[in-house]
Amino acid sequence: MRSKIVLAVTILLSFLVQSTLLERIAIGSITPNLLLILSASMGLMRGRKSGLWTGFFSGLLIDLFYGSLLGVYALIYMYVGFFSGYAHRICYDDDLKVPLFLVAVSDLIYGIAVYGIQFLLRGRLGFGRYLTRIILPEIFYTVFLTLIVYRIYYFINYHFMKTAKKESESIWVLK
Amino acid sequence: MKRKKVQFRINIKSRHLLVIMTLFCFSCIVATFASGAGSGVLQESAGLLVVPFQTSIARIGDYFRDMGKSFRDKSDLVKENEDLKNQLETLTAENNRLILDQSEYERLQKMYDLDIEYENYEKVAARIISKDPGNWYDTFMINKGSADGIRVDNNVIAGKGLVGIVTQVGSRWATVRSIVDDSSHVSAMTVGTQDNCVVDGDLELLDEGKLRFEQLYDQDDVVTVGERVVTSNISEKFVEGLFIGYISEVYQDTNNLTKTGTIVTPVDFRHLRDVFVITTNKQDLLEDSDSEK
Repeated sequence: MRSKIVLAVTILLSFLVQSTLLERIAIGSITPNLLLILSASMGLMRGRKSGLWTGFFSGLLIDLFYGSLLGVYALIYMYVGFFSGYAHRICYDDDLKVPLFLVAVSDLIYGIAVYGIQFLLRGRLGFGRYLTRIILPEIFYTVFLTLIVYRIYYFINYHFMKTAKKESESIWVLK
Repeated sequence: MKRKKVQFRINIKSRHLLVIMTLFCFSCIVATFASGAGSGVLQESAGLLVVPFQTSIARIGDYFRDMGKSFRDKSDLVKENEDLKNQLETLTAENNRLILDQSEYERLQKMYDLDIEYENYEKVAARIISKDPGNWYDTFMINKGSADGIRVDNNVIAGKGLVGIVTQVGSRWATVRSIVDDSSHVSAMTVGTQDNCVVDGDLELLDEGKLRFEQLYDQDDVVTVGERVVTSNISEKFVEGLFIGYISEVYQDTNNLTKTGTIVTPVDFRHLRDVFVITTNKQDLLEDSDSEK
C-alpha cells in the first residue's frame, strides 16, 4: 500500500515538474520527457506490472489536460512501461547504462508513435524534418536528463517503496 | 481446527493485464472520438488535484526569476553612474518607440476601425501556469476557468495579437490551443483587400516562429508582403478583426487560382506569460444579431 501511495505521488510530482519547470529549461523549444523516464525506470526497477501502471497513469494525466482524445498517451506510455519491464528480469538496475539505453529506445518509439498516430494520419508526410527537428533532439535531451533523474527515482524506489522481488525473479538465479 | 485466512487478491498475469488495459484505452479513445466530449468529472477532479500546485510552482518560478533580477541589480549598484547612463539610453529608445507606436496607433485607428471593436470585447486577464508535456503540440493552461466566466471557444489574445482558443475548461483552469499548434486552423482575411484565407499552425515552421496561410484567392496580385491579416467575418469560432500577423511570403499555388505563404506573428509564443481571454464567443454575437432582427 505504501509503495502505491509513493508511486502515485511520484507520478504526480513528475507531471507537475514536466508541465511547469521543464518548459523553462527548453533548448530550441525542445523539452525532455520526464514522464517517459519515469515509466521506463519503474518498469526496469519494479517489473512489467508496475511499469504498466506507471505508464498508464502518467499518460492518463497528459490525456486529461492536454490530449484531444482520452487514452492515446495512456496507451503509448503504458506500452513503454510494460516493455521496459522485460529488462527487469534480464538486467540489474544499478547500472546506469541500462536505463539510458531503455529511455533512448522508448523515446524513439514514442516519437514515431506520436508522429504516426497524430501527424501522418493528417497527411503531414515530411518524416525526415520531424525526425531531425523534434524526435532526435528530444531523445538526446531526455537521455541527458536520465543521467540525473534516474538516481532520484532509484533512491525513491529503494528507500520509500517495498522492493520488488528481484532475486527470485531474475532469470540468472538457479532455482 | 485452524481457520484458513481468506485472501481477496486477484492475481492477473501482466500480459493479460496489458491486453485488458489496451482494450480499455481503445474504448476510451473510441468513446471520446465518437461523442466529441471530454471526460468532465474525471477532468474536474484531476484539475482540483493538479492546478493549485501548478499555480504555486509558476508563482515560485516567477518569484525566483524576480529575485535573481534584484540580485543582479544590487551588484550593479556599484556602477551606478553607468547604470544611469544606460537607463537614459533605454529611456530615449523607449520614448522613440512610444512615439512610433503612438503614430502607428493613430494611423491604424484612422485606416481601419478595428481597434474600437477590439476594445469593446469583454476581456479577462489570465496567467499561463503550465505548458503541455511533449514537443509535438502547443497547448497551455491558464489560471482562470468557468468561475471567471471563461467558456470553451473563447478567443485568447496577448498584447499585440491573437494567441489561440480555449479548448477545455475546469472551474479554476482552462487549456488553450495556440494558433501555432499544428492542428490549429483559423479563418482569416487580409485587411486591405478583404480576401479570405485559412491560417494554419505548422510544426515545420517552428524555428522561424511563423504561421502558414493557404487558399488565398487573389487574382489581381494585390496582396503583397507586409499585408496585415486579421480573423475574418465568416469565421465560426473567432470574433472578427483580431490581428494575426503580417504576410512575409506569398507563393502562387500550382492550380493558378489560390496562393499560399507564411505569416509573421507579433506575439512571442516562447515567452508568453500573461494573456487576455475574450469572454464573448462568436456564436453569442451571431445570436445577438439574430435576436435584434
